Amino acid sequence: MNASVTLNRLAERFPGSIIDTHSHRGDDTAVVKREDIRAICAFLREDEGLLYNFMMDLTAVDYLGQEPRFEVVYHLYSLKYNRRVRIKVRVPESDCFIDSVVPVWPCANWFEREVFDLYGVSFNDHPEMRRILLYEGFEGHPLRKDYPIKKRQPLIGPIN
Amino acid sequence: MPDIEKDLHTEHMVINMGPSHPVTHGTVKFLVTLDGETIVDLKVEIGYLHRGFEKMCENGTWQQVIPYTDRLNYVSPLINNVGYALAVEKLIGIDVPERCKYIRVIACELSRIADHLTNVAAGGLELGAFTAFLYFVEARELVWDLIEMLCGARVTTNYVRIGGLKNDLPEGFSEKTRDVFKRVRVLWKDVDHLLTKNRVFIDRVRDVAVLPADEAIALGFTGPCLRACGVPYDVRKAQPYLVYDRMDFEVPIGDTGDNFDKYLVRMEEILQSMRIVEQALDQLPSGPINIDMPQYRWQSKDDIGSRIDSLIFHFKTVIDGIKPPPGEVYLAVEGGNGELGFYLVSDGTGKPYKCRVRPPSFPLTAAMSRLMKGRLIADIVPTFDMINMIGGECDR
Repeated sequence: MNASVTLNRLAERFPGSIIDTHSHRGDDTAVVKREDIRAICAFLREDEGLLYNFMMDLTAVDYLGQEPRFEVVYHLYSLKYNRRVRIKVRVPESDCFIDSVVPVWPCANWFEREVFDLYGVSFNDHPEMRRILLYEGFEGHPLRKDYPIKKRQPLIGPIN
Repeated sequence: MPDIEKDLHTEHMVINMGPSHPVTHGTVKFLVTLDGETIVDLKVEIGYLHRGFEKMCENGTWQQVIPYTDRLNYVSPLINNVGYALAVEKLIGIDVPERCKYIRVIACELSRIADHLTNVAAGGLELGAFTAFLYFVEARELVWDLIEMLCGARVTTNYVRIGGLKNDLPEGFSEKTRDVFKRVRVLWKDVDHLLTKNRVFIDRVRDVAVLPADEAIALGFTGPCLRACGVPYDVRKAQPYLVYDRMDFEVPIGDTGDNFDKYLVRMEEILQSMRIVEQALDQLPSGPINIDMPQYRWQSKDDIGSRIDSLIFHFKTVIDGIKPPPGEVYLAVEGGNGELGFYLVSDGTGKPYKCRVRPPSFPLTAAMSRLMKGRLIADIVPTFDMINMIGGECDR
């Protein structure tokens, strides 16, 4: 089966790092350990049989009430093999950090800033970890489930 | 010579372009550090059009997201509608009727034509080619007339539904489309003559913002900007959705990725999209446009008014929302600017738990500083046009 090539390769190479896998609706998904994310991403990009050269999307989901609370989600695409894979990493609220993948895919830069901005998950070794869509001085992270939808904050002027 | 330079005042100058500036189509700010007219550094500040798209989606029902998607890429809203509906259908695990698929393809391609026409028109205008702008705005107006005929609105279309469409093609749509395309092709030729061999235009766009293919991939380029770099990646070909696998069309690619290649790729794609629409109209099958599953797509108003079960389903889907099974999907379509992806997470309730859009112009805008370093300040104008940043989509 073509669909599970990626997951098999990952399980071979990183047997201890894969927490869970599934292929719901045909989307290959692997939940991996937080410590190994950069090594796994570098492997997915470089391995001759995988070559995931596109990082299409990077986002997070807030599973409020579960532990670990956050989940950072990577969507990768391999141009050569025309395959997609989803990598997920759980991040606890108490230690809201994960390694940046900017060294692997430069386009992760703005995506990671967006996750930091809207969810408050920080990325280690990111070249410029600051807000991107909201302004400096905005309090809180609006896409967290416990951020009230009707909350208003005064729009402040630029900070120079 | 060194003596002269020593006495010159050669400090770098930092200037702000935007957030409201004729060059910045969207509302965006460039912080440009200049050495004379040469750009030493360029920082892009986005977020001026951030409206909290995801937060709004998470607090409405699955169907209520569709009008919000119109406002993502507001130059080609139908593609956003289709992309979102396809993602939800994938999440539920349903397939829409054949006729619906064809009409969706027609809607998508009309949108793509309008998108590329707008982009090339604005690009010409900014470099002084006002005639080309007027010609293509006329063409876009004609395409918008078709879209208005289809769904009653020109920009805020709100046409596609989960499991179907708002309405079928109106009477006389096919003939009108063919008439419009005759005129659009004439206008396309005129603009082609005005720009493609125009010395002034070429001098401003050729060899500006050149990018090697591997770097474009690493920066997350997709769509016309990636294809201009010579990578033939098009979601419609790579992972065909709807009925694109039955359509005969070419994917134009460029060579160096400079602004001239981006322009040429878009020009060719306008023609290819017209071919797709004509083929889809020729092959259009008859039959229903909505899926026959009242728990996901309500039935006709006649049924709702006369049958109790239809009325109950209608009430339940409107008040509670449709309920996709728990799970997560990612689905990508080829938007006007590149891969438009939707990542949806359902927890089994009537509201999306997570509704993420992968905006194609987000990584493209991020690459502006890479493209512009070492170039002249005047090169920002054509480059930013060809990047085609759409504020609604980039900032969400």
